[in-house]
Amino acid sequence: MKTRLKTGQKVQGAEIICECLLRAGVTAIFGYPGGANIPIYDALYKYPELRHVLVRHEQGAAHAAEGYAWVTGRPGVCFATSGPGATNLVTGLADAMLDSIPIVAITGQVPSSLLGTDAFQEADMLGVTLPVTKHNYLVTKTEDIASVFSEAFFLAVSGRPGPVLIDITKDAQVNYAQFQYKENNEHLKNRLKLTATKEELAEIADLLNNAERPLIVAGHGVLLSGDGKTLLSVAEKQDIPVTLTQLGLSTIPQNHPLYMGMPGMHGNVAANRAPLETDVLLAVGMRFHDRVTSKTSLYAPQAKIIHIDIDPSEIGKNIMPALGVVGDAKLVLKQLLPFLQQKKNPLWLKKFEVWKKEEKDKVFTKELESPKLKSAQVINEIARQTDFEATIVADVGQNQMYAARYYQYRKYNSHFTSGGLGTMGFALPAGMGAKLGDPAREVWITIGDGGIQMTLQELATIVQEKTEVKIALLNNNYLGMVRQWQELFYKGNYSEVQLKNPDFQKLCEGFGIKSLKAKNLRQAREAIGIARKTRGPFLIEFVVQAEENVFPMIPAGAGIGEMVVSKEELK
Amino acid sequence: MSGELSNIIIWAENKPGVFFRILWLFRRKQFNIESATVGHSETPGISRFTITVYGHHEQITNMVKQVRKLVNVVKAESLQSEMLVLRELALMKVAVKNVREKSNILRVIEHFRGRCINMAKNSLIIEVTGDENKIDAFYENMKDFVMLEFVRTGRTALFK
Repeated sequence: MKTRLKTGQKVQGAEIICECLLRAGVTAIFGYPGGANIPIYDALYKYPELRHVLVRHEQGAAHAAEGYAWVTGRPGVCFATSGPGATNLVTGLADAMLDSIPIVAITGQVPSSLLGTDAFQEADMLGVTLPVTKHNYLVTKTEDIASVFSEAFFLAVSGRPGPVLIDITKDAQVNYAQFQYKENNEHLKNRLKLTATKEELAEIADLLNNAERPLIVAGHGVLLSGDGKTLLSVAEKQDIPVTLTQLGLSTIPQNHPLYMGMPGMHGNVAANRAPLETDVLLAVGMRFHDRVTSKTSLYAPQAKIIHIDIDPSEIGKNIMPALGVVGDAKLVLKQLLPFLQQKKNPLWLKKFEVWKKEEKDKVFTKELESPKLKSAQVINEIARQTDFEATIVADVGQNQMYAARYYQYRKYNSHFTSGGLGTMGFALPAGMGAKLGDPAREVWITIGDGGIQMTLQELATIVQEKTEVKIALLNNNYLGMVRQWQELFYKGNYSEVQLKNPDFQKLCEGFGIKSLKAKNLRQAREAIGIARKTRGPFLIEFVVQAEENVFPMIPAGAGIGEMVVSKEELK
Repeated sequence: MSGELSNIIIWAENKPGVFFRILWLFRRKQFNIESATVGHSETPGISRFTITVYGHHEQITNMVKQVRKLVNVVKAESLQSEMLVLRELALMKVAVKNVREKSNILRVIEHFRGRCINMAKNSLIIEVTGDENKIDAFYENMKDFVMLEFVRTGRTALFK
């Protein structure tokens, strides 16, 4: 652990803040200075180990911190000043809350003597961020800073991770106190249940050992527990087909024979058909989100459901399992392994081949062999050229579904997106944060023409920080997902979805980012090759078919059994 | 929300904003709080809350799990009324016209084992404790008089 201050040394609060960050292992901070956090920026001067990335909007800071957290597994840190600076973080905090991403946001606050007076740039951040943080603090005394930071960094990653906000008044940053740092989080640690009991393991094993058509649905919790191999060992021991939720993608390599796709609204055919037939469904580190289950009363009707999750409040929240086990995904699966009998299940697995073929015939082939450039082709081409090993940071909407469906992730933890909140504009700053967190990765940001214009200003940050991200802009001049719904469910009334876009090539030139425009598959191939060879950030604008639809899809309010595989099936 | 009236008992750190965090969570999960009492517990620094809400067993169980996630909450339980001794306190200010009325009021108070805790020239303040039914009955009986103010604390409870 790096340190600069000695225990008992009398320093300003701002310096204590930087020291706490250093001791927490922070290497990068995404932030924006202002009146109420200037002292922190002054202290930052003494801490060259803390690389600060000057974003162009605080929302970008929060998303970048998310990206950083996702690749490193450590809390992402963002700074913002009081009032508007802090409120601009809210979307990012809400995003991290729903996707269980550890970030620590540090906001300046007006001096404690002015709290509650509606002072300049005062916003009640404790109140504003209460619903979108795992926990939040208001620090008004310098001597409280160190203990609050220790607790906040612990909370952000412990159990089910999430965002924590520390609001610090300006006087607490400026006043002096003796530096005292001790990690004293035992009381919080003791509250976590990470492993399964013997009885629980026996019950899980009993259900699985006697299952005829078992199915695994694994989610983000498995990635967060830091290991996909144990999951795979469990699956391989009993030939259990594995489906991965959107946030669980890249937990196991997709070319593995037991990988059966992603369930959900735009998921894979096999992954949505299997829950209808399975008799024992093992759900790990996932929360039966409505996008996964569709109508819950029609989900997995024959199945005894085993639900393993680290968050006790998730067990029985959306779906009542036959057996709920609170614990860390990796640890519980590791405990479970010796209880499982070796089994083969060729008949059950054969069904998946049929379902996979159905999707191939009705969807994949059509998409990938289209004469006009399609998003699926672009993602497929990026996948091919990067050997399925790049890190994809996907935005929200159709482009997100294409990134989820067509990349075929093989590298562990290589797919990030805004799943729960569905924050358009997420990918640009999050991709930047991911690249800064782990520069060795090849990071591709996939984003639509709508999303990119929500956080476009971060292109300037990307250039300033020389962040080597590659941006695949899938431009259809529409808000594609809404347009698809309007086409299919709102009589084709295209209400406010058409975008008259700026010239993205000129924009890139203005920002100082190299770019290319690709209008067909041949140009797309070339452009991807050039982007990969070019040092520095690169944007490719892919002019994709304007009115493409993502299929399969499960209409809103329907059960998974009502999945529509192709447009022809839609009544 | 339908279902039974349930008791949720919460022990939490006595720190600024903790009550807000708890109440907010009930609102977020779409519960209407019927009553809430809070005060110091037997442990220094720990407050004890008794909150009553309507809800089905499953909803209440899930709510308690949500409450337990709050960092400042030490413990939370939902308990059936049979397992608890439940009480609430009611205070009532009632106008007194004449001596006859006063003696009538005092008779009602006596019946409900209440106490007159303030006696002014034209009014009385009465204190009554008991379960909800008793307080309801007391209130009904006092309707014959001119009630000036009435307040009840809502349930507070200890384990049997």
